[in-house]
Amino acid sequence: MVLLSTDRLALERDEHIVIVRQTVRQRAIELGFSLVDQTKIVTAASELARNTIQHGGGGSAIVETVNDGARRGLRLSFEDNGPGIADISLAMKDGYTTGGGLGLGLSGAKRLSNEFSIASAVGEGTRVVITRWKA
Amino acid sequence: MERIPILKMGDCLLVSIQVDMHDRLAMQLQDDLTARIAETAARGVLIDISALEMVDSFIGRMLGNIAAMSRVLDAQTVVVGMRPAVAITLVELGMSLPGVRTALNVEKGMELLATSMGAAAGADGHGTAFD
Repeated sequence: MVLLSTDRLALERDEHIVIVRQTVRQRAIELGFSLVDQTKIVTAASELARNTIQHGGGGSAIVETVNDGARRGLRLSFEDNGPGIADISLAMKDGYTTGGGLGLGLSGAKRLSNEFSIASAVGEGTRVVITRWKA
Repeated sequence: MERIPILKMGDCLLVSIQVDMHDRLAMQLQDDLTARIAETAARGVLIDISALEMVDSFIGRMLGNIAAMSRVLDAQTVVVGMRPAVAITLVELGMSLPGVRTALNVEKGMELLATSMGAAAGADGHGTAFD
C-alpha cells in the first residue's frame, strides 16, 4: 500500500465534523470519485467523526489517499482514547445506541464503505478504519 | 450568533439551508422553527435542502424531529430538493425519513402544502394562504 497524501485532523468540537467532511470531499474529488461515491464516503466520515467526539470524548481523524498497486482509494481512520466499546457486535447493530441518536453511525458507515475494521479496548479507546476505492 | 433564516409567507414558513451545518446549528434551526410555528400559527413548513451535499443521520433525525414537532403544533412539513446522490446515500445509511413528506422542488412542495392545508382547512374550517 502506497500512501499518496495524509491529513490529520483534530476531533474535539462539532465544528470539526464539518472540517472532516470538507477535507474528505476535497480528497474524494481529487481522486476522481463519482458524485455518489463522494457523498457516501463523506457521509460515513461524518457519522464516524461524530462517534469519536460523542462517545470517544474527542480524538482525531486521519484522511489518507492510498494506492494498493491496482487502484486508488481513500482510507479514513478515527481514533480516540475514550471509554472503549465493551460489546462491538452489539454496537454494530442497526438501531443500537447509547448516545440518544439513531444507532446508525457504525452500521451505516460500514454499509457506505468497501472495507471496515474496528478495534476497541475498554478504558483505552477505539479505532475505526474505513476504505472506499475509486470504482 | 450564526442562524439559518426562517421566512414567513402567508401562513407558511420557508427555510433554505445553504450552509454545511454543524450539529449545534441544526439543533438551533429545530428550536427556532418550532418557536416560529407557535408564534406565527403557521400551518405549513417548507424546508429546501437542495444546497445540501450530504445528509447524515444527525441531519436526517433533525428533519424527522421538525416534521413531528410541527405536526403536533398543527402544521405540515415538506422537505424539498434532495439531491439524488444524497437520497441514495441516506437510504444506504439506513434512513428513509419515515414521517417526512418530500417533494422534488420548491414549486411541487408548495403545491403539496397548498393541497394538504386546503384539505385540512376544509375539514376544520381554518383558512389558508392559497384560498
